[in-house]
Amino acid sequence: MSLNITDVEKVARLARLAMTPQEMQAAQVQLSNIFGLIAEMQAVDTSGIAPMSHSQELSQRLREDVVTETNQREAFQSIAPQVEDGLYLVPQVIE
Amino acid sequence: MIQSSLTQMGAALRAKKISSVELTQNYLDRISTLNPALNAYITLNPEVSLEQARAADVRLAAGKTDALTGIPIAQKDIFCAKGWRTTCGSKMLHNFVSPYDAHVISQFNSAGAINLGKTNMDEFAMGSSNETSYYGTVKNPWDTARVPGGSSGGTAAAVAARLCAAATGTDTGGSIRQPAALCGISGLKPTYGVVSRYGMIAFASSLDQAGPMARSAEDLALLLNTMAGFDERDSTSLQRDKEDYARDLVKPLNGLRIGLPKEFFAEGLGSDVAQTVETSIGEYKKLGATIVDISLPNTKLSIPVYYVLAPAEASSNLSRFDGVRYGYRAPEYTDLADMYEKSRAQGFGAEVKRRIMIGTYVLSHGYYDAYYLQAQKIRRLIAQDFVEAFKQCDVIMGPTSPSTAFKLGEKGDDPVQMYLSDIYTIAVNLAGLPGMSIPCGFGANNMPVGLQIIGNYFDEARMLNVAHQFQLATDWHTRAPKL
Repeated sequence: MSLNITDVEKVARLARLAMTPQEMQAAQVQLSNIFGLIAEMQAVDTSGIAPMSHSQELSQRLREDVVTETNQREAFQSIAPQVEDGLYLVPQVIE
Repeated sequence: MIQSSLTQMGAALRAKKISSVELTQNYLDRISTLNPALNAYITLNPEVSLEQARAADVRLAAGKTDALTGIPIAQKDIFCAKGWRTTCGSKMLHNFVSPYDAHVISQFNSAGAINLGKTNMDEFAMGSSNETSYYGTVKNPWDTARVPGGSSGGTAAAVAARLCAAATGTDTGGSIRQPAALCGISGLKPTYGVVSRYGMIAFASSLDQAGPMARSAEDLALLLNTMAGFDERDSTSLQRDKEDYARDLVKPLNGLRIGLPKEFFAEGLGSDVAQTVETSIGEYKKLGATIVDISLPNTKLSIPVYYVLAPAEASSNLSRFDGVRYGYRAPEYTDLADMYEKSRAQGFGAEVKRRIMIGTYVLSHGYYDAYYLQAQKIRRLIAQDFVEAFKQCDVIMGPTSPSTAFKLGEKGDDPVQMYLSDIYTIAVNLAGLPGMSIPCGFGANNMPVGLQIIGNYFDEARMLNVAHQFQLATDWHTRAPKL
């Protein structure tokens, strides 16, 4: 299986990765090779097999709906790229 | 002292033959001499380490000790440690000072162990050679022209070079076992769910598992005693009774049934590795084990299955790196989408971007059933192979890696070549089983060879017994590189 350049552009956009045309071309070749490897999987008959996500077949634990975290806003925001008055700053999204 | 076992080190500390400050300073001195050539550590914090050592000495003086009190342990830079820069090998986290401790870190802290430093690794644990680290490649201490393996390559090199008493690693597709093999040390990936993933930066959550890396199986048992245990902050952590993983170390191996999967000794395995592994199997026969020929027919499918599941989970996990709350933000951008795209493009390296793209593609509209679901179904077939195999044997053995350590740059730009080198380790993660690697001799170019031991679910104590008995009868694990 091989990907075309439109597939690569679409995936880069969905993954929020800026890429130059040269990077996309290199990615097209490498991703196609990897999907060549993955293609081996398609021929396997898996009808009637249940998908497996965890070896111990756990059910999700539940806990009481109570506040367990303390407020650590200052500690957490001290490592943020840009904050002001306790808020994270990002480029304007609403006119 | 640096060649002593953790048990001997602990005894010397408790007997006041050496203080934790002296021991820690010894290692820090050794690191400043030898690390520049090896690049095993990303971050050192000598003042913090020595402060912990002073506290350990107070605790030792008061007699309130744990097996690891005062012992300097290196931590893979994937574990968040409060106040420590935690990079995960990525530019994305070059300035990330963790505001909290991972469960594994707090377990070591409670035991009174010393955090000696954060070890180098492939970026976000994605790699098998340590060449994807933003902080430079790690050199194999046995031959600095060769890779240490990955992704826990910094840890493996640090343990092999005696730049720490022992250390931690994580294993998603072989990242503890393969570098352990390539650097001639012992490493254990426990059953999925035994060690909490809380605070361990996520790569592929359904496969990631932390484990110890050390010079011997006996040391691994002590470390696992500290690392393992239920933690409600990890939704896949298992609620089980506390075990002493060292309890069976001294048991004889009479009657042990070792399964040898024919798929692990087929085409693709280096003849030097094959010969060394076969010699070790001979050693096990002398120790009273019997050999059973088994088959794991879906072994070959583990690579395609892994390269769907792991990137899919990674693409989701790594979506948190957006340049807003922590980590790298691009210096220039026009709007919000541009800021996301540029921050991620500049913050992630090539291999990480490649895997995010594979994952994004296989999870995108219209492809989910054909890729992710199909891979999860074959994952069950792979796990069932092991269930069948363990009806005939107690442990499974084979090579950890098809070759000894390759040269830096040797695998070039073709990611597929690198992916294929994980053939013997990946299936173990997919099945969620425990696996380990112990040194068992030397292959071509006098580089170490690892013997892989795969156990049934929760059989870590038996695997450690099997490894320890081999290490009583042989001395491969005591060999150290000349530096």
